[in-house]
Amino acid sequence: MSPATEASEPSPVLLELVGVTRVHGDGERRVVALREVDLRVRLGELVAVMGPSGSGKSTLLNVAGGLDTPQSGAIRLGRDVLTDLDVAGRAALRRRKVGYVFQDLNLIPALTAAENVSLPRELDGVPSRQARKEARAALAEVGVVELADRFPEEMSGGQQQRVAIARALVGPRRLVLADEPTGALDSHTGEAVMRVLRQRVDAGAAGLLVTHDPRFAAWADRTVYLRDGVIVDATSDDDASELLVGAGTGRGRHAGDAGD
Amino acid sequence: MSVRNGLVALLAERPMGVYELRKEFDARTGGTWPLNIGQVYTTVQRLVRDGLVEPVPEEYEAGDVDPYRLTRAGYDEAESWWRRPVDRATPTRDELAIKLALAVTSPDVDVAAVVHAQRVESMRALRDYTRLKARLPERPSPGDLAWSLVLDSLVFAAEAEVRWLDHVEAAVARAELAHGASAPDASPGASDTPPVPRPATSRTRR
Repeated sequence: MSPATEASEPSPVLLELVGVTRVHGDGERRVVALREVDLRVRLGELVAVMGPSGSGKSTLLNVAGGLDTPQSGAIRLGRDVLTDLDVAGRAALRRRKVGYVFQDLNLIPALTAAENVSLPRELDGVPSRQARKEARAALAEVGVVELADRFPEEMSGGQQQRVAIARALVGPRRLVLADEPTGALDSHTGEAVMRVLRQRVDAGAAGLLVTHDPRFAAWADRTVYLRDGVIVDATSDDDASELLVGAGTGRGRHAGDAGD
Repeated sequence: MSVRNGLVALLAERPMGVYELRKEFDARTGGTWPLNIGQVYTTVQRLVRDGLVEPVPEEYEAGDVDPYRLTRAGYDEAESWWRRPVDRATPTRDELAIKLALAVTSPDVDVAAVVHAQRVESMRALRDYTRLKARLPERPSPGDLAWSLVLDSLVFAAEAEVRWLDHVEAAVARAELAHGASAPDASPGASDTPPVPRPATSRTRR
């Protein structure tokens, strides 16, 4: 999404999965949810994951964030190798580096928007004054700073998702893992939420987005398709698209030179 | 897409020359289907031949070279175009539908590979249209609105294509499983081989 950075060096890899395999159950009920999956997400990159139900999409998101552990393979978050850590280490890393956005029930009903967003920072031992400051900044980034003192039930679904995105990327957090974040929204509100997610990623984050809706996946830089735990195809992040030349430039021409 | 109808509709607004017609058509449709000047000229000539368009008599000339205007029949045609629905009774020839129809009935074609390659392309198109949409201001001008609706139409079509490809992939996988499961019945002699259905991934690209 940022053609200006195209010529420069590729941005750092924030999330890397190498040969990740996750098997659920055993014996007759053994199901391979992920099979030797390799995936990289760079800073500034939003990657969509699509595939039929049971293809391993949610497992991929869970292992990427350390909520679930693979039997083999390695997962790296920035400089930390998630798969080398114990439960407590994973939890701490998750609090500091990763945020989740789910379809619904993202926010704690008894807390205001600002409190919801500052909570992970306070849990991480940040003084509450600073946590509150970071929370307001994160809310401002997604354009809902005026909702800081409202409770979730006083917000629309789209506003709640914006707050959830703010919380996912509060303070030093740079990786957002989103599981059907638009699933409970109408298509117009869903588009608006995707626009916010896109802007936040462009402004300096990375995102992995699970969705079944191609229209929302289209906001990502690339889409990987999972089928039976294997990535079967993936679009590449090619900026020089013929379509953009065919469709976009026609309009751009009229503003400037009229001739050909 | 009928250039002819589009030009008649534009001429119903005011007389125009071929250059202005081309420019207006491009601007109003977001440059999605750019016309070359020869195409516009030929189409206008045909409209003149068919009695829908006539050159503006010289005394009314308004700057542009050789402006054209609608005849009475032309205005009737413009109005009738707005009123009648676009014909959908005859499906347009769609290369992708033809390709996949042939692929599933051809023994030597890896259908999954065809689906995957196409899905990558369709998804890329969808992403690119979405990027163009993201550039539009939140409060669109009338020109932005026209362009945004053209983009939406392309978005819906690409989305439908991606969904259809998912459907094709699933349907083919189901058919292969069903075929694999019935195979042992067809050849009872091969009972030493367990009736393992061919997994859907076995034909995917590496």
